[in-house]
Amino acid sequence: MKHVVYRLFFVWDFEREQRWLNEMAAKGMMLTDVGWFRYVFQEGTPGEYEYQLEWLPNYPTHPESIAYIQFVEETGAEYVGSFKKWVYFRKKASDKQFTLASNLDVRISHFKRVIRLTGIISAAMLSILAPMVKSSLSLGYIPESYLPNMIVSGSILAFVSYGLYKAISAYRMLKRKRLIQE
Amino acid sequence: MTQERENIVLTEAVYYILLSLYEPLHGYGIMQKIQELSKGRVVLAAGTLYGALSTLVEREWIRALPNGKNSRRKEYVITAKGKEVVKNEIERLHELLANGQLITGGRAK
Repeated sequence: MKHVVYRLFFVWDFEREQRWLNEMAAKGMMLTDVGWFRYVFQEGTPGEYEYQLEWLPNYPTHPESIAYIQFVEETGAEYVGSFKKWVYFRKKASDKQFTLASNLDVRISHFKRVIRLTGIISAAMLSILAPMVKSSLSLGYIPESYLPNMIVSGSILAFVSYGLYKAISAYRMLKRKRLIQE
Repeated sequence: MTQERENIVLTEAVYYILLSLYEPLHGYGIMQKIQELSKGRVVLAAGTLYGALSTLVEREWIRALPNGKNSRRKEYVITAKGKEVVKNEIERLHELLANGQLITGGRAK
């Protein structure tokens, strides 16, 4: 039986998303397709599959990505699908030969990219907001024409900088761990 | 042999990848070999292996073999440079082990 779930995960949440997919798999719900915040599950044997989510540096259609996906498939994993640059793999839990899970270094570079992305967007929103705030301060009031812009860019800034904060925390925690182990 | 030697510390994964490639192997074969060698303790991730293989080829510690009969499965093998690196690593590990046993006073299990 097919189940469709709509859920919102953001780029800094990918490890939570992965945990969720594996929790579903443990309960017998196997991810078979992905789309815009849309997850399709099929009922199956609980714990049969383990899932892995990766954020590729290029789109799945790029030759580098194709080579990488092929390589992972050759090791016995199954390519479930993709959404933007995110690719979903799964492997049979019974196959103990390999894991899909990333090591610390891979996770660290992942978060570095998230920091870069959210940092750039935050900076962009700030550059939009700053001049408006500045002139509002000198005027003593906020011009009506500024309001929609300020609200939109302000909201985006708040939201994305929250993600940036989370990514930085995760990055720092992983770096500390990396000091001691691989 | 030069006296001055860059202190290279290999990761466990890379060390085992190099060891597996004393015979030509492809991706999955390397994973199996490492699993065997480490008695299941070291389990490699496809992503880790993929990245490591391209870095090792860049450094010329291993090389890719021209696609033979099964053209999709690329095989790799260690180079002379790679063997040198492994040799040095084993020496380094000897040092670590000897000091560990010396200080803890015997065979620490």
